[in-house]
Amino acid sequence: MAETVLETAGLTMRFGGVTASDNVDFKLKARELRCLIGPNGAGKSTFFKCVTGLLTPSEGHVFMRGQEVTGWMPHQVASLGVGIKTQTPNVMDALSVHENIWLAARRFFTPVEAVARTDDVIDRLALGSIARTDLGQLAHGERQRVELGLVVVTDPWLVLLDEPAAGMSAADVDRMTGIILEMTRSAAVVIVEHDMQFIRSIAETVTVFHQGAVLMEDHVDRVMTDETVRRVYLGKKA
Amino acid sequence: MERSAKRDVVVTLIVSAILIAVMPMLIGTYTLTVLVIYGMLGLSLGLIWGFGGILCFGQAAFFGLGAYVYAIAAVNIGESTLPMILAVLLPGAFAAVLGAVMFYGRLTDVYLGVITLVVTLILFKFINSTAGPQYVIGDARLGGFNGIPGFQTLNVPGDSGAYIWGDAYFYVCAVALVIVFLLVTWLLRSSFGRIAIGIRENETRMALIGYDVAARKTVLFAIGAAIAGLAGALFANWAEIVTPNLFSLGQSAEIIIWCIVGGLGTRLGPIVGAAGLAYLKFLLGQQSMIDNTLIMGLVLVIFVLFLPRGLVPAVGSLWHASVGRTARRRPANRRMRRARHG
Repeated sequence: MAETVLETAGLTMRFGGVTASDNVDFKLKARELRCLIGPNGAGKSTFFKCVTGLLTPSEGHVFMRGQEVTGWMPHQVASLGVGIKTQTPNVMDALSVHENIWLAARRFFTPVEAVARTDDVIDRLALGSIARTDLGQLAHGERQRVELGLVVVTDPWLVLLDEPAAGMSAADVDRMTGIILEMTRSAAVVIVEHDMQFIRSIAETVTVFHQGAVLMEDHVDRVMTDETVRRVYLGKKA
Repeated sequence: MERSAKRDVVVTLIVSAILIAVMPMLIGTYTLTVLVIYGMLGLSLGLIWGFGGILCFGQAAFFGLGAYVYAIAAVNIGESTLPMILAVLLPGAFAAVLGAVMFYGRLTDVYLGVITLVVTLILFKFINSTAGPQYVIGDARLGGFNGIPGFQTLNVPGDSGAYIWGDAYFYVCAVALVIVFLLVTWLLRSSFGRIAIGIRENETRMALIGYDVAARKTVLFAIGAAIAGLAGALFANWAEIVTPNLFSLGQSAEIIIWCIVGGLGTRLGPIVGAAGLAYLKFLLGQQSMIDNTLIMGLVLVIFVLFLPRGLVPAVGSLWHASVGRTARRRPANRRMRRARHG
């Protein structure tokens, strides 16, 4: 059996009186692809931020490859070899695509090696025609793709993606699906997503969040047909 | 990359050699020296603000600190080599501590401005109130608002009788500026510099990649302060007196104006802005028709309105336009983009 690469135990996050994440126990195996879904305010992004170190959980623990990382800074979590993409595109606007990806590669490789890896990723993600263009001049879909490039180039063993398909065209989503499936060959991937079409095309196991807690965790087909899930998530009245 | 780096160094050396040879024929070396020193001070803020995104309202604090450290050390030691080194190291160390407190405290933007401003004010008030005879460091009396006069000025290392002054001192300062400029160029081309620019663009992303943003900003801040300290020590040698006015808010504000007018995000801009505006101020100081702060304010307003990116970037794009490179590239770009999305 594959080892557990990400685990949370009793993860709870409170903002004043609001419990955004409520006692979440979560386990992810190596090279697993997991989608997190749930209605707005279900606590998906809060959970995501607690795992990546952008927020420090009020209670509970986070483990990565057996090591406790609760309360670590984002840069410490990332240094373990975790690739992270936030909800809104977080890129260096005034720098070129090449420079953006090089900066990510440089964190883990020597300058020369970083250039080789950058060129390789630019090829793989078909960014060649815009490699010297500044990020600020690119369309939303391209920016999302570059940000995936920032994640891919570091060769992570755990990838955390928050709404990677948001605001993208169908063609862009297709291309991204391919990239993500390629990632799962070497890494475990967690995707927080709203786009059901996209989830159906990519997911196997899905975790459903509702009011901060895990509602159910099962194969995508069973989740989609489940009555409770349909009620809370797809807005059907009982 | 390697070849363009070498070309950069060669061009810098040739242009600065020509300027150092020609400028003394146009402006007296005594005035030129202080313009060069202000250029270095401008570059120190241009480095941390333009490339590191750290807007420091208190760059004058490090400038003044450098000057006072030099003066106090020179009075006590009597030979200028060690005081010069201390004047670079101490402001750098002070900035490293101050920076670590600010950046690990996750202070940004306006809070950073407030703290650096207040630190400058504290130093100004403190030095101003040290007129009494009890305020001495070794043999040096701090002297309050009268400052410290009569310290050993720059000498040939090892020979405290061989003073470097007048024309020779101008050449020393000019060469120092060229060396600092080349070091800054090298720094910005290195991984450290490129990562610093990445942090300026997006701190969150750089942290998510795995860079320790606070540590890197602290180091850059300290480097900027060390350069300002060197400028301060050179200024002390030029003026042959240090006074609390070095720490004044007016001085701090002026450095920021130099950077804006010259062009933020360029290496040359802050130097050009500093030397240009300081010379303008010098010329305006020779007449009494118009108050020169009024003109300085007007210059700033005009630049912010009409050349918001500053003088050097504006001249740069003018150059590109006249050569025709930009004119040809732009429409092609737009066509490509349309083709990709259409």
